[in-house]
Parts: sequence; C-alpha cells; structure tokens
Amino acid sequence: MIERSSTLVAPPARWWTPLGRDERMWLTVTAVWALAMFVMMQLVWPAIGEQQVTFQSYRVDPLEFNRLTEAFIQAHQVDAIDGVPVVAPPPGGDVYLMGQRFQFKPILRLEQGQTYRFLVSSLDVQHGLSLQPDNFNFQVLPGYVSAISLTPRESGVYHILCNEYCGPGHHRMVGRIDVGAAGQALSSEGVRP
Amino acid sequence: MTALIDGWRTCQVTGLRVDRSAERLIMFNAVTAVLYLATGGTFALLIALTRWQAVHLIGDPEWFYRIVGAHGAAMLIFWIVFFEVAGLLFGGTVLLNARLLAPRLAWVEYGMMLAGSLGVMITMLSGQATVMFTAYPPLEASPWFFGSLLVFAVGALLAVCHFIANVVGARWRGEVGTLPLFSFALLVAAILAVFTLVSGAAALVPAWLRSLGVIEHVDPAAYRLLFWGFGHGAQQVNLAAMIGIWYALASLTVGARPINEGLSRFAFVLYVLFIQLGSMHHILVDPGLGDWARGMNASYFMYAAVLGSMIHAFTIPASIEVAQREKGLTAGLFGWLRRAPWGAPGFAALVVSFVMFGVLGGISGVIMGGIQINMIAHNTLIVPAHFHMTVVAGTTLAFMGISYYVVPLIFRRDLFLPRVARWQPYVFGLGMLVFGAGMGAAGHLGVPRRHFDITFPGLALAEGALADPLIQTSLMVMAIGALIAITGGAMYVVVAAGTVFLGRRSDVPAVGLVDPIAVAPPAPAAPHDARRFEAPGTVALATVWLALFVYLYAVSWYNLSRVTWIIR
Repeated sequence: MIERSSTLVAPPARWWTPLGRDERMWLTVTAVWALAMFVMMQLVWPAIGEQQVTFQSYRVDPLEFNRLTEAFIQAHQVDAIDGVPVVAPPPGGDVYLMGQRFQFKPILRLEQGQTYRFLVSSLDVQHGLSLQPDNFNFQVLPGYVSAISLTPRESGVYHILCNEYCGPGHHRMVGRIDVGAAGQALSSEGVRP
Repeated sequence: MTALIDGWRTCQVTGLRVDRSAERLIMFNAVTAVLYLATGGTFALLIALTRWQAVHLIGDPEWFYRIVGAHGAAMLIFWIVFFEVAGLLFGGTVLLNARLLAPRLAWVEYGMMLAGSLGVMITMLSGQATVMFTAYPPLEASPWFFGSLLVFAVGALLAVCHFIANVVGARWRGEVGTLPLFSFALLVAAILAVFTLVSGAAALVPAWLRSLGVIEHVDPAAYRLLFWGFGHGAQQVNLAAMIGIWYALASLTVGARPINEGLSRFAFVLYVLFIQLGSMHHILVDPGLGDWARGMNASYFMYAAVLGSMIHAFTIPASIEVAQREKGLTAGLFGWLRRAPWGAPGFAALVVSFVMFGVLGGISGVIMGGIQINMIAHNTLIVPAHFHMTVVAGTTLAFMGISYYVVPLIFRRDLFLPRVARWQPYVFGLGMLVFGAGMGAAGHLGVPRRHFDITFPGLALAEGALADPLIQTSLMVMAIGALIAITGGAMYVVVAAGTVFLGRRSDVPAVGLVDPIAVAPPAPAAPHDARRFEAPGTVALATVWLALFVYLYAVSWYNLSRVTWIIR
C-alpha cells in the first residue's frame, strides 16, 4: 500500500515509489518536448534559419575603434543630419557602427540585397542596438566588437534605438539606416551611380 | 493559554513548537519585506503612469531613471529576499520543531541586510547611483551603493548558510528525519542562493573597488556573466521557494499530498543541477562567448530544468485533484475543480499564481531564452513583461498567499479584513494579466525597456520610429493593468499590516482554511484502478497547456523568420 504525505510533514520512510500511469505519460511527453526544443535551437534553426546569432566577436581598444570609425566616416561620408555624418559604404563591404553617449554614428546608407559586415562597438558605456521596425537586438559593449553580417532585403528607413540604459540622455540616443532599392544607393563619392 | 517553556511556545492551531527567538526574527524580516513591497509598489505607480505616454507623469528623466532603478532594487531584491529569509527562518525552525542555531548571528544578518538595503535605496534615490540595479560597468556609481549592496548580499548569504546549518544540525541531532517536501524545496532554494550570492559578490566586489579607485577597469562582459549569475540566479531561488509554497498551499487548503513524493523531489534535484545555467539568457546577444556554449547553457542543458518545472506543473494540480476526489468530489472531469475552495485566499493565490506563472511567465521565459529568438526580445519590454509574470504574478502572489497563514499564526492575531483578503488574489491577478498583455504587446512592437520617452520629442532623426499606433494603445493597457494590480497589492499591504498592528490578539488566530490532512502524518492513498488515470482532469488541463506552449513556440519562430534582414 502506497503511503502519501502532506508537504508540511515528514514523508513516509519509503518515499520512492514506482510512477503511476499519469506520471509516466506526462514525463514521457514532456521529455520529448524538451528534447525537441533543444534540437530545434541547436541543430534545426542553425541549418535552415536566416537569422542567426553566430557572429564573431573580438576585443578592441575603444579608442582604436573610434579611430577606425572616424577613418571609415572620412572615406565614405556623403552628408550630415543634425551633425551626425551620413555614410554610404561600398556594397558588400565593412561597416563601422559606434555607440557613444548619446548617439549611434554614422548614419548609414545601404543598398538592398547587399551583405555588409557590421563592426559594432561602443566608445564609452554599454549600449543596446535595437533595429526597428524589424525589432532585432544586440548588446553593445565597450572593449568588444561584434562582427555581424547583415543583409537588408527590403528598402526603407530603419531606426536604431538604444535599448540599454546608458545615462540621462539614453532616451534620445537614436541612429538610422536608410536602405535604398538595389542599384539606387549613393556611391561612396556621394554621386548617384 | 499558550504553553511557554524555555523560550518555546506551542502553536494552538498547528501543534508546532515555535522557538521564540526565531519567531521575533520572522516578524522583523516579514514586516521589512512588506514595507519594501509598499515602497516598490508606489514607485511602480509612478513608472506606469510615466510610460503611459498620454499621462507621462514624471517630467524629469533623471528622476524617472532613479525611480526605475529603486523600483527594481526594492521589489526584485529587498521585498523578495527579506520575505525569503523570513520563510527560511520559518521552514528551518518552526516547521521542523527545531531551535534556531544562533539567534544573535541571525540578528547580525538582519542588521546587515537592513543597513545594506537602506544604503542602496538612499544612494539610488539621491542620484548617487542612477545606474539601474544592474549597474553595468563602466557606468559610474558611488562606492556607498556597491558597498551597501555587498553588505546586504553578505548578510543574506549568512542567513542562507544559517538556515542550511540549522537543518543539517537538526538532522545531525536526530530531531528531524527526511525533510517535509516544503522544507526540502526551501533547502533547494538555499543551495541555489549560495551560488547566486557568491556570483553576485564576484561581480560586485570588483565594481566596488573600481568605484573606490583601487582598480581601473572592470571587464563589462565578465561583469554581465557574473552579475546575471546573481540577477537571474536570484529568480531561480524565487522559483524553488515559490513552488515549495505552491505545494504547501495545496496541502493547507485542500489537503493535497504529492501523488509521487519521489518524482516531486527529483524535479527539485533537476533545479539544483541545471537551473543556474539559465543565467546565460542575459548574454545571448552579447559579444564574448561562442553561440554553442551560450545555447547549451541557456537551454538549462537540454531543457533538463524545464523538465523539472513541467513535472511540478503536473504534480501540483494532480495532487489537488486526487485530494478532492478522495473527498468524494468525483463528478465528471472537473467536478473537483468546480467545488474547490475558491473563496479561500490561500487557494485563490495558489491557483492565480500557478496559472499566471505557468502560462505566461514560464512559457515566455523558455521561448525568449532560446538563443536565436532572444534577438527579437532582448531589452525590449518583452523582458520585463516576462519577469513581471514570473516574479510578480507568480512569486509575489504565492508569497502573499502563504503569508495569509504565516502572519496570523506568527503574530497570533486574527487575519484583518478577511473579505478583502478573499478578493485580493483575483484583483492582483487580473491587474497583472492586463499589465502583462499590454507590456508584452508593446515589447513585441519593439518598445525598449527602461526608456523615458519613446515619442522622442524634437528629435528629427527619430521621426517615424515606433510610430505604430498600436504601441500607444499597448502602453495604455499596460498602465491600466498596473493600476489594477497596484490596487491588489495595496489590498494585500492593508491586510498584512492590519493583521500585524490591528488584528485581534488570539492564541487560536482566525486564519484561512486549514485542511486537517495538512498536519496529519502520512496515510495510505485511496486505491484506484491502475489502468485508468488517477487525475484525468489534470491530464486534460496539462495537455491543453502543452498544446499552447507548442503553439506559442511555433509562432515565435515564425516571428523571427519574418525579420526582413538576413543575420549571420
């Protein structure tokens, strides 16, 4: 005869008893579901998905990253909005994107369907890269650069919101990416091809 | 007449022996916890009415950020931890009929926690630590902030070790045998708490030294890894404590007995082994570690700890169903549920907390803790929506439910305004449901957390950002939900504080429903046909829940696939 006890009193001396029909069924079903979720995340999506988190990251000196970003801006700047440089990098190339209190710079002009290697880091504190309206998000740390390969498939205006608290002006930290239709983006010389 | 012998009294309701020194400490910790809940609830009101853009109550961003930080510290740390220490004192002494090992040490622990928590609140509210409770380096905060947080953490760590020593000591002296399941759950919570607090100290000591100027640099990635071993680890402590309380409330209100003691304990052991890996959820989209390592950890090693939760999700309602059926409530599939004591606040708190945590908090956490799906959730309002469903709708409500028993019994006063207590879990639960729906929807539409103003007034660059009109509606729904939930929270504070200060003194205080089985020794289970389900109603409900889980999981992958950018 199986004895059962309230959860507030000591259980019977022999408290390990065989599982009943209910528990065997539930344990089997949930174990299969747990394994299915694991396989989906670690094996299936990495094989079939187009949105992956496999980006590489490296250590970097924030000042060195700032220097690289400035060089990138100088090489490809085409305009400025509110004092923030607008940059049109060559399609398929590297793109530097730096968070600093309280802006993302530069503003980028990209071409639809082209793949860019985004090199993202921060000059000062932690920031959050939140690309809207698609709503995908990365953490941005000073001293680390994330090398994320991004391909915009649709043209339009995208905003980058900072979604990691970074100080009193955090809510005014916004960046922008303009994606032009294929062949319509500005070239690095600032002339329409 | 209360029997009083050598600093002990015998509870006239439960027959438990109460060590008076432990009793006083339980009182102080519990009252401090409720004061922090009331403080944090006031901050919640201000924050909700600010993020409701049409109201935007707090005009100064500096104050908004201070209050968001102080709200997090008061609620997520101080309310919860003071209550848990009260619970550990109760579970480690009263429930085991055991003495408190070192009452003076326990007062030192309480003093450290109180002083540390006050230091944190003062530095945060006075603008010396406007860094949120996460304080990610290299944000700057006063050394008093980090120092206070460390004093609190060391006090809490001592309290946890004291509990473990108490249980081991009682066992050693032969005063207790196998622990009751509730105390076993608390022991699991205590083991998780040791890991948690050590990880917190490892993160905070360097941050403190940096704020003092002793060291120059704290690695932000390493800090995040260690800090979340503390920040998320603390939630795993809450989880274990909350599930222990669910079991306890099920026993108290309907006389539930776990249908398989071994299986329930096995599920807790899965927590000890695997659940702390889940702290990596916070760094899934960080630079630093490789994706396979992050994914393996965030899956709690192949969802082994999730399996533990899914076991509890079944065994708790099943034990309620079996207990009800044994009372003759056998009509149909759900007769046991229809005839449950819905008017008892302990039962209402159990069910509302269980359903909200299981359906909203648990499922959302497992889904957004997947490494790829995390990209469309990280740092949006989906994150606080998730943890308000777990820590607030789940843990906090469970704590409220058990305190409808513990507060009257420990203070020996009648429960104050029982009719308010009767409605409180429903008001609170309804508020949290509406709140979670609004906040989750806003997060799904990309609204960031910890953000003063998503309309970006006067910022040309932001024109067109977060312009979907549904966003404003969602934030309004969130705020209305918050108002209802805060009303429910205030009802709890009135009942708890009223019981402590105004309740009628009694050696046999009026508490909620106490089923005689709750304090009775083990007894044989009623015989049943082994070819049939013993808890068919629970099998049906659990199947529906799992189907919902599968559906939401699939929807989330679909949402990720709808991101128009290719990300590699």
